[in-house]
Amino acid sequence: MLVLTALAIVRNDRLFAVVMLSGVFSLLSALLFVTLDAVDVAFTEAAVGAGISTILLLGTMALTSRTAKPSTRSSAIPLTVVFVTGAVLIYGTLDMPNFGDPNAPVHTHVGPDYLERSVEEIDVPNVVTAILASYRGFDTLGEVAVVFTAGIGVLLLISGLRRRGEDEPDDESAET
Amino acid sequence: MRHHLILRVVTKLLVGYIILFAFYVQFHGDYSPGGGFQAGVIMAVAFVLYGVVFGLRKVQKVFPAWLVHKLVALGLLIYAGTGVASLFLGYNYLDYGAFNPHHPSHGQHWGILVIELGVGVTVTGVMVAVYYAFAGRPPRLSDEEW
Repeated sequence: MLVLTALAIVRNDRLFAVVMLSGVFSLLSALLFVTLDAVDVAFTEAAVGAGISTILLLGTMALTSRTAKPSTRSSAIPLTVVFVTGAVLIYGTLDMPNFGDPNAPVHTHVGPDYLERSVEEIDVPNVVTAILASYRGFDTLGEVAVVFTAGIGVLLLISGLRRRGEDEPDDESAET
Repeated sequence: MRHHLILRVVTKLLVGYIILFAFYVQFHGDYSPGGGFQAGVIMAVAFVLYGVVFGLRKVQKVFPAWLVHKLVALGLLIYAGTGVASLFLGYNYLDYGAFNPHHPSHGQHWGILVIELGVGVTVTGVMVAVYYAFAGRPPRLSDEEW
């Protein structure tokens, strides 16, 4: 279904349908994250991808135009790049351990350490929160700074300089 | 959207619960999935929904733009200030054990709660601010063109 949605997005010319389909895409990938037991990520994907970024894309569309410009250049080179990248990625997955393999590097490095120690050191039932906020506190501080900077950037670009038709408002908020 | 009665009534019913859910995700993040990022986005969704249905002017009466811009910076300051506070208590930067020396895991609880609050405040502020920035510009398309 993810692939079908992606194909529909590529084939469609009307941007309204494309925006709606990208919301559908986000919701489907949120479901995928739920089946992989990554509920925190699924939560974020559903709220940001399907909620906020759809609204922001609609807002962008209201400012620009409603249909895609017909492409004049040939799509052969981008298509080759996409296929080569995809092939490399699939080749990379061949080396990956099976899903749920107890000997995978993920489960033998620092993961068990966190799982064992977080109960006595932090005593928070949700280990994701414990890792995110305590063991990786500096990382999260950096992430918040990134969100802050992105927000300031968008504000400066869009509401500060009111030169119409020159600057395309770009969507930076989808990265969280 | 003046003519969409159902949308307006449903929005009025839902906005309160969305905000309540955001607070639940925020402060229950240690026990269940969720945390500052998710709570901030959900909180922002409540205001964005209200703005989409009732118009930008009404939502800015509730949640003015200057306040949003202050919140963007305030959240980051809360987060960084927590680290500085633990420095002043004689511990490492962002070492939450500082807040309750006799019972470090309680200190961790407090620290996580406060920094998650900071994360939530910043994310709410940024999302709502970006929405205001997009919606505040005069649109080139009229409603009928959709």
